[in-house]
Amino acid sequence: MIRSALLALALLAGPAFAVEPDEILSDPALEERARAISANVRCVVCQNEPIDSSNAGVARDLRVLIRERLVAGDTDQEIYDFLVLRYGDFVLFNPPFKPSTYALWLGPFAILFIGGIAVALTLSRRSRKPVTKDTRLSTEEEADLAKLMREDTTK
Amino acid sequence: MKRVLFALPLLVALIIGGFAIWGLSGGRDPSSIPSVLISQPVPQLALEPIAGVDTPGLTTEDFSKIEGIKLLNVFASWCAPCRAEHPILTRMAQEEGLTLVGINYKDKPEAAAKWLAELGNPYEAIGSDYSGRAGIDLGISGVPETFIIDEDGIIRHRFAGPVVGDGLTRFTEALDEVRK
Repeated sequence: MIRSALLALALLAGPAFAVEPDEILSDPALEERARAISANVRCVVCQNEPIDSSNAGVARDLRVLIRERLVAGDTDQEIYDFLVLRYGDFVLFNPPFKPSTYALWLGPFAILFIGGIAVALTLSRRSRKPVTKDTRLSTEEEADLAKLMREDTTK
Repeated sequence: MKRVLFALPLLVALIIGGFAIWGLSGGRDPSSIPSVLISQPVPQLALEPIAGVDTPGLTTEDFSKIEGIKLLNVFASWCAPCRAEHPILTRMAQEEGLTLVGINYKDKPEAAAKWLAELGNPYEAIGSDYSGRAGIDLGISGVPETFIIDEDGIIRHRFAGPVVGDGLTRFTEALDEVRK
């Protein structure tokens, strides 16, 4: 009985969220948008964490601010623009595609392309070599082999 | 052609190694965030003075009104590094012809007043930012942070962390750059 109660409790316990109850909006649709935006915004203190899961003071302020602007009727894009204006593209986990980020977005594909060319070249070069080849031993090799075999048996 | 191909791995290794050496040297900090406010005027601020402190509040207009180079220091009484840099900023304000203005970030007015009474008040103006909204408008990540603002009210440098030790050296270099 106690064991099953403990198990039930353990199953009920979810992961700890940084978003505190007093931050959550009463409108579930707006709250969902707020969560989605927060998950894509980098915390400037603990830099590999989104503000949605960060306990830093600034992260909390930004979460509250995002919710205030949503309630005021801002679109998602307006909120992202507001944040980028203050903290730069750095705060976005999904940086925009523009000249300064071309290397970031296109670099992996460029490297894959170069690698593909290298593989293609290597393979085409290999196939040019004659496939059929005389695999029999030459008379000289036959003689050497026979000699080695003899040495082995006499020991 | 063959010879060029043989040299290729070495060349690639040199390029990657060179990039690594460049990245690791010269005191570059990969976690430092470039401020988008550099070369921009100070964002709109209209901050009330700290209750119980005689120093006036801080508005954006102050930065064009006050002549010369201005240092905008974001501080709080609960912030220990702020205490460490306070005498250095005070000396700069007194001896180097710089005007020091402050933003009191997320601080209780009584605590801020006590802190300033204890350590001295070198600020020409202090805006109280109890909500932290002005901090967000300035794109700060914590306290202390100090902005160097030129004669025309344009932000020229953002310095995150206390202006002490190595930080003081880097801050002085940035300041000399603005003075040029």
